[in-house]
Parts: sequence; C-alpha cells; structure tokens
Amino acid sequence: MKPVFMTYTKKDLINLAVCMVLSVLVIPTFITTEYWYTSILIPWLCLALATIGQQIVMGYTGQLALGAAGFMAAGAFAMFNLILRVPDLGFVGSLIVSGLIAAAFGILFGLPSLKVRGIYLMVATLASQFFIIWMIDKFGWFKNYDSSGIITAQDIVILGKPFTTPLAMYFVCLAVTTVLTLLAMNMARGSTGRNWMAVRDMDIAAESMGVSLLRTKVQAFAISAFYCGVAGALFAFCYLKSLEPVAFDIKLSFKILFMCILGGLGTINGAFIGAAFILLFPVLLNAIGNNVFHGAIDATIISSIEQVIFGGLMIIFMIYEPLGMAKLWENIKQKWKTKIPSSTNIKSSLSKKT
Amino acid sequence: MTQERKFKIGKPILEVKNISLSFGGVKAITDTSFDVLEHEVRAIIGPNGAGKSSMLNCINGIYKPQQGTVSFKGKEITNITPNLMAQMGLSRTFQNLALFKRMSVLDNILVGRKLHTKTNFLEVAFQLPKVKKEEKINRERSEEIISFLEIENIKNTPVGKLPYGLQKKVELGRALATDSSVILLDEPMAGMNVEEKRDMCRFILKVNDELGTTMVLIEHDMGVVMDISDRVVVLDYGKVIGDGTPDEVRSNQKVIDAYLGVEH
Repeated sequence: MKPVFMTYTKKDLINLAVCMVLSVLVIPTFITTEYWYTSILIPWLCLALATIGQQIVMGYTGQLALGAAGFMAAGAFAMFNLILRVPDLGFVGSLIVSGLIAAAFGILFGLPSLKVRGIYLMVATLASQFFIIWMIDKFGWFKNYDSSGIITAQDIVILGKPFTTPLAMYFVCLAVTTVLTLLAMNMARGSTGRNWMAVRDMDIAAESMGVSLLRTKVQAFAISAFYCGVAGALFAFCYLKSLEPVAFDIKLSFKILFMCILGGLGTINGAFIGAAFILLFPVLLNAIGNNVFHGAIDATIISSIEQVIFGGLMIIFMIYEPLGMAKLWENIKQKWKTKIPSSTNIKSSLSKKT
Repeated sequence: MTQERKFKIGKPILEVKNISLSFGGVKAITDTSFDVLEHEVRAIIGPNGAGKSSMLNCINGIYKPQQGTVSFKGKEITNITPNLMAQMGLSRTFQNLALFKRMSVLDNILVGRKLHTKTNFLEVAFQLPKVKKEEKINRERSEEIISFLEIENIKNTPVGKLPYGLQKKVELGRALATDSSVILLDEPMAGMNVEEKRDMCRFILKVNDELGTTMVLIEHDMGVVMDISDRVVVLDYGKVIGDGTPDEVRSNQKVIDAYLGVEH
C-alpha cells in the first residue's frame, strides 16, 4: 500500500471519510435524544482519547503504567483554574495548556520507568494516581477554596460563542478527538512510533541502534499524559459538567487500562473499539435486563453480572487474542477476504509469490 | 581474496587495552588487549565460555569492565554506553537475536536509521515537509539494504514469524542501516546450515568489500573464520592466547592445545 496523502493510504482515507460522514452527518441527523449524547457519545470520545494516551505508553512503548485517571484529573483541574484565572487564553488555549501541565506530571512520574519495569513500574506509576488526587484535595487553591467539594465547570465559550447544548459539546469533543487521533496516528506510523516500538520489543537493541531509552520513555509518558490531560478536561467540562477529584479515582484508571487491553494493545482504532465496548456493554446488559426479563432481575445483580463478564472476557482475550478486538476484527476481515477472493486479492496473492 | 581491495586496510580504528571483567568472583575476561584495523575483517574465536561475547558487550558498553580502556577512532572512551557508541559509528548484532519481533522487516531496518533521523516527535505528528523528505531518504536506504541482502520478498512480514536464518540476516541489515564504520557481529552464523553459512559469509565479505565497513565477528566454526577473516584473535578463559593472520593462528601451539586438548 502506497501512501496517497501524507502517511495515509487510500484505505485510510476511505476509513477516515466514512468515520467523518458518520459522526458529523449521520449521527446528528438520526440521533435526537439527548441521552445518547450526554451519556454515551461524549464520554465515549473522551475516554477513547484517554485510551489513546494509555496506548502510547503501554501499547506502543511497552511501559506498564497505571495512572491515566490521575493525569486526567490534572488536566481537568488545570482547565478549571486556567479558565478561572487566565480567561484570556480562551477554551482551546486552556485545553492545550492543561494538556501540557498534565504532560509535565507525566514526565515526573515517567522517570521511574528508567529503573523499574513490568509490574513494579505499574506500582510506581500508581503514585501519580494517588499523588495528584491528594494534591488537589489538600490544597484549596486548586478548587478555588470551594467548600462543597463539587465545583461546577464553567460554560464552554469558543470565539465568543457558547457551546452548551449536548450536540454542541459533542462537536467540541469530536473535533478535539479527531485532531489528536490523527496526530497520534502520524506519530505511531512515523519514526517516533518506530522508536517507541523498538523500546517495547527489545530495549537493549534499540539502545545499540542509537535510540535513547531515557528520551523515548519520558517522551512517551509526556505525550500519553498530554492526551489523558486533554481527555480529562473534556470529560469534566462536557460530560460531568463538574469537577470533583473522586471522579478520577483508581477505578477510572483501571477502566482505561481495560479499554486499552480489550481494544488491542498497540493500535489506535483499538482505543475506540475498547472504549465503545466497555461503555456500551453495561447499557446493553441493562436493556436486556429490562426488556427480556422485564425487570425481574435486580439492577444490583445486573451490575454484578457485568463485573463477572468483564473479568471473564479479560481472561479469554489474554489467552486467545492478546492483541484485542482490533486484531479480532482484522482476522474476521482476513477470513472474509479469503473466503470470497475478489480479483484484486488474486492479483496481490500472485504478486506475492513472484 | 586474491583480488585488489577497494578499501586498503589502514590504521587501528578500535583498540582494546587491558580489559578485565568479572561477575562477582567469576573472571570473564582478564587483562585482554587487541586492536582492530580500519576496513579489515577481524575475528574473535575461542571455546565456549572464553569471554568472546562479554568482550563485545564491553566494547559496545552493555557491560562495564572493571579495568582497561576502549579507544575508538583514536579517542579513549571513558563512559561507554551503547547509545554513545552507536553515535560514534559502531553498530552490532546480538548472539541470541535482539530484533523487534512485532515489527516488520522494513520497520526493523528503519529503526537502524534512527541516527540519520533528526526530526522530533512534533514535526512527525504534524508531518512537516522535512519529515517526509527524511522519511523518503531513510526508506530508500532501507530498501537498498533489503535488496542487497536479497530479502525483498519478506520485507513486510513481522520478524517474529521468520525462520532463524532469515532473522540473522535482518539483524545484519539493521546494523548496516546505521551506516556505521564498524559492525560487531556476535555469532552471525550460529545455528545455520552450510548453505546459509556460505550465504552469510558472502554478505559479510560483500559489505566489507563494497562499503569498506570494518567487521568484528565472533564465530565458532574455525573453517569459516579462517576463510573470511584478515586477522584472528583467540581467547581462552578470558585471556588472549593467539593473535595474527589465520595461518599464524593455525600453527600456534597454544591455540591447538586449547582446541584439541593437551596431553597430561
């Protein structure tokens, strides 16, 4: 496949066009219920963005990190304070600076990755999760000395126009997510991504080729935290519409980790698939509980069943398809293609042989 | 090797002086010195456990010797790291294969172009024109190496799926992609059959002949070593017991003893 435009092949451009048409035209025309925007689409985009951050550090660079929610909290509270104290920055400017502030935390908490690896690194990165939440709780300045514990997020205003309806907020999230996803894809496919993967697959060889472990790992942590920070800011301002440190607890970090693993380590589209699955699965179970069993099953039991099924799925994926749903999807497409060989496939298989 | 060489053997490019390395109480290398001349094929041989791989790891900076110095291109290098040596123009392959298993052959070789990649991650993210230009140059060079090594048919295959012999070739390719002046090869022919070995010898000589790359290789197979190297250093129990041309080494009594055993 030859790239047609920048690093994108024809297939990529078609995929991109399909996604854009779906998300910009089809969804806004056909989905009119607010519930879908406020409870599914907006959190999906935000969490997918955070999952891309987790992918960069874990899927591409191979560093087991667990603290995405901490960086999200850093981004969210940075956003709150920037809009409050530096109103001149504007929404987009604040969003970028919040990402950069989260990235600074990422660099700080990524430093242990130079000395420890694997499960030990995971424990070390947990420090970021607890430290950031503790810091926000401890120092009243971050919450503007609000005593209630929950702060209402400011309204989103871009270039003087308010973005307060669910649909408008969805478009804000969509725009940010699209831009950052494309940038992540460029990095992952370019020399930056090759350095990440080289460190992941064989760090000693990477170093012998001139890839600096320090720079590559710290860079991955910083970019990952940037993505998480921006995602956290969007999560707070578009989805929660409030800021409370509890919303960014360790449970959310684990959720993002699961999205990353189920979606497929080392893939960008896996981030979207994983996030969609984990968000939609409880909705689906609830719908089944209500419609098939007509509420005969208690809601608490359903949420327990959810946990059980998640656990089971994680184990099944780890054993049979460690590369997650993105790989599963690839395999299905591959099988479909081999079953019905089109003329182009025959051509390509012939050219492979020669 | 009777014909005239394009690159004449020159001055010492790599000098190892009085290196001693021990792991706890075990002495891997004791007071070892030798040199490598520019553009030559230099072999390090010796029985198992003689300290050959440890020697390469000391040169490359993966191990830190307790004593001794390594000089490269006339400079004595005090704090050797693999990264620094790569930047100075010394590349290597590994004994037990250290490829990037989930990446394709082409991507593996492209990582070897790292030191010729000057653009940073932001420039890559925004795909600035200079990134595209650089990527194009790096890809062309990598494709050249791929066709040089005759592995065009597998260039998009993930390396982990390839058989051992081909993986060894890819590793040589990755080392070549760095355009280094010296390449250290740690048992490039281990576990290969006769035909594959002959192939690998051909590539090593071809690289040395056409690019003038200095090759330092470790090998078990005496026959192969004697055929392709200009000079051989023999290690046994971490000490140099012979150093010279293949013929000199072959007739060295100490070497014969080490390889065939001594009558007691």
